[in-house]
Amino acid sequence: MKDTDTAIPRTLPIQSATFTNEVNAEIRRAAATGIYDIRGGGAKRRVPNFDDLLFLGASVSRYPLEGYRERCDTSVTLGTRFAGNPIELDIPITIAGMSFGALSGPAKEALGRGASAAGTSTTTGDGGMTPEERRHSSKLVYQYLPSRYGMNPNDLRQADAIEVVVGQGAKPGGGGMLLGQKISDRVAEMRTLPTGIDQRSACRHPDWTGPDDLEIKILELREITDWSVPIYVKVGATRPYYDTALAVKAGADVVVMDGMQGGTAATQDVFIEHVGLPTLACIRPAVHALQDLDVHREVQLVVSGGIRSGADVAKALALGADAVAIGTAALIAMGDNDPKWEAEYQKLGSTSGAYDDWHEGRDPAGITTQDPDLAARLDPVEAGRRLRNYLKVMTLEAQTVARACGHNHLRNFEAEDLCALTMEAAAMAQVPLAGTDWYPGKGGF
Amino acid sequence: MQTYDLTEKGLRGLNSILHAQHEETNQVSWEVVNPRGSHAIAVGLDAPLEVTVKGSTGYYCAGMNQGATIRVEGSAGPGVAENMMSGSVVVEGDASQYAGATGHGGLLVIKGNASSRCGISMKGIDIVVHGNVGHMSAFMAQAGNLVVCGDAGDALGDSIYEARLFVRGSVKSLGADCVEKEMRPEHVDILKDLLERADLHAKPQEFRRYGSARKLYNFDIDNVADY
Repeated sequence: MKDTDTAIPRTLPIQSATFTNEVNAEIRRAAATGIYDIRGGGAKRRVPNFDDLLFLGASVSRYPLEGYRERCDTSVTLGTRFAGNPIELDIPITIAGMSFGALSGPAKEALGRGASAAGTSTTTGDGGMTPEERRHSSKLVYQYLPSRYGMNPNDLRQADAIEVVVGQGAKPGGGGMLLGQKISDRVAEMRTLPTGIDQRSACRHPDWTGPDDLEIKILELREITDWSVPIYVKVGATRPYYDTALAVKAGADVVVMDGMQGGTAATQDVFIEHVGLPTLACIRPAVHALQDLDVHREVQLVVSGGIRSGADVAKALALGADAVAIGTAALIAMGDNDPKWEAEYQKLGSTSGAYDDWHEGRDPAGITTQDPDLAARLDPVEAGRRLRNYLKVMTLEAQTVARACGHNHLRNFEAEDLCALTMEAAAMAQVPLAGTDWYPGKGGF
Repeated sequence: MQTYDLTEKGLRGLNSILHAQHEETNQVSWEVVNPRGSHAIAVGLDAPLEVTVKGSTGYYCAGMNQGATIRVEGSAGPGVAENMMSGSVVVEGDASQYAGATGHGGLLVIKGNASSRCGISMKGIDIVVHGNVGHMSAFMAQAGNLVVCGDAGDALGDSIYEARLFVRGSVKSLGADCVEKEMRPEHVDILKDLLERADLHAKPQEFRRYGSARKLYNFDIDNVADY
């Protein structure tokens, strides 16, 4: 008899589903440093999202439109409620607010170039408006943020719209931190702070609290701009029904609802992954609020947070949004996390597709940095062209689906075009589970 | 002198007519009567006008002022002269919360008391308060000067950056990273100039100066209790 015949079978090593390698690595990192993890980007965990929805397409009861022959329009107008000069966009895909400071000057220029070439708007961020950004953006939305870094009335009057930022999806209820290594002389000057120090962006506005004050603040902004430009209110998705209703009550022309997949330049990982709602879950409550107040389509809804494709755009519109905003996807289109920089990502302890230490200012792609040598790697003309192409492709994709559903304008998408693949998605999007006419919550249970 | 009856003609008319005035205008002096606590009076001005408001105002009077001289012959509601860039604003009475918030330049004079968060996130504005200021004044103040001839409430200068705070009376408490600093000759000169411009006959030597200890400028885990 051989020894192996009598050996007791051993159990295989089992990795814990609770203490995964990633969790253990974070525990060790925390133990070594004594500080929480800060990173850029949005939630990386899997949450119910647009991939959990499908379009139903035309059938006996509906007929489709002919691709390449029958027209499917894509334009959208934002700010029709009170503004004298609403924003007319060729496509319902806008560029979300990202700051000069978090991004390099060439990156901001590229966003303006790409958006303008595609007939849409781009948005400033914390730190104010740069002349280059204004020059290269045919339609520029000026963010009015709690920090008021770089805030000045001349820029306010130059803007095509004003976005009062109450919160963002990556960190609803939180402020920001631009670490000292990204504070170049120019960034510091724009923010009226010393070079090289950490710059905290406040989590709430310094001169108003609550929806009643917001109404007066919006009045002031309208008076300063002579009621000419639309005023958006951007919120991080947490209580979408009430936040939308209160923004409407405060006088917003446009509500921007940012889900937890939306990116940030630098925030604690615990905040990004554990606070807020998935984008999919916030659209229908926001639309219901607009409908209950009888202002759906009069007050436009812009949805952001993890929008990646024309399919995502179409699904957001079908759920009731008027437009979407993209941030992370735009950076990727311009070259962020490109595998061609893999060797450098490896040196930084990361890999292409996973690099998120945007706050450190060492971005090999030259986008999330203030290092002149790295920033010079990004050609704003070429990056702008790539962004334009990407926006065009997203639009073509959305049009393709719209025609298949029988719509001659993207605005004609409706929730009845959709079904859900999972119970969770059905409940959040309030569209039927595939193959049924039911979703959780419908019919009382 | 142009007289504008706010109750009769409305807010939009007032601000639009003031915005229509440019550097070379002959209509420099304006008097706003019957303000009745209206919000957003004389906001976004960008010409060297002289505007007198005959009564008390609501929120954000003189907000984002650039170059105008605005006098409130009454008290001012929250956010008076918020984000002012240049020019001057004088409040004859008291001012509510956030007076001079985020201001980048110009001079704000409050002849009465100012409530909480006076000079919050100030970025270069000069503020002179004849009376007292409330709690959390100069919170996250970045640049400029806040002069308080009376007393300051709790947590003065919390998380302050490079702004200078001068207080003649008592300070109930200092906020995180705010410390008393040496009053050097250059500070006496700055204070003397501000007191004169604010029509105050006080001696600079009676004031104490407060500013940033600069210990929270870059994140340090050893300071975590202060964050």
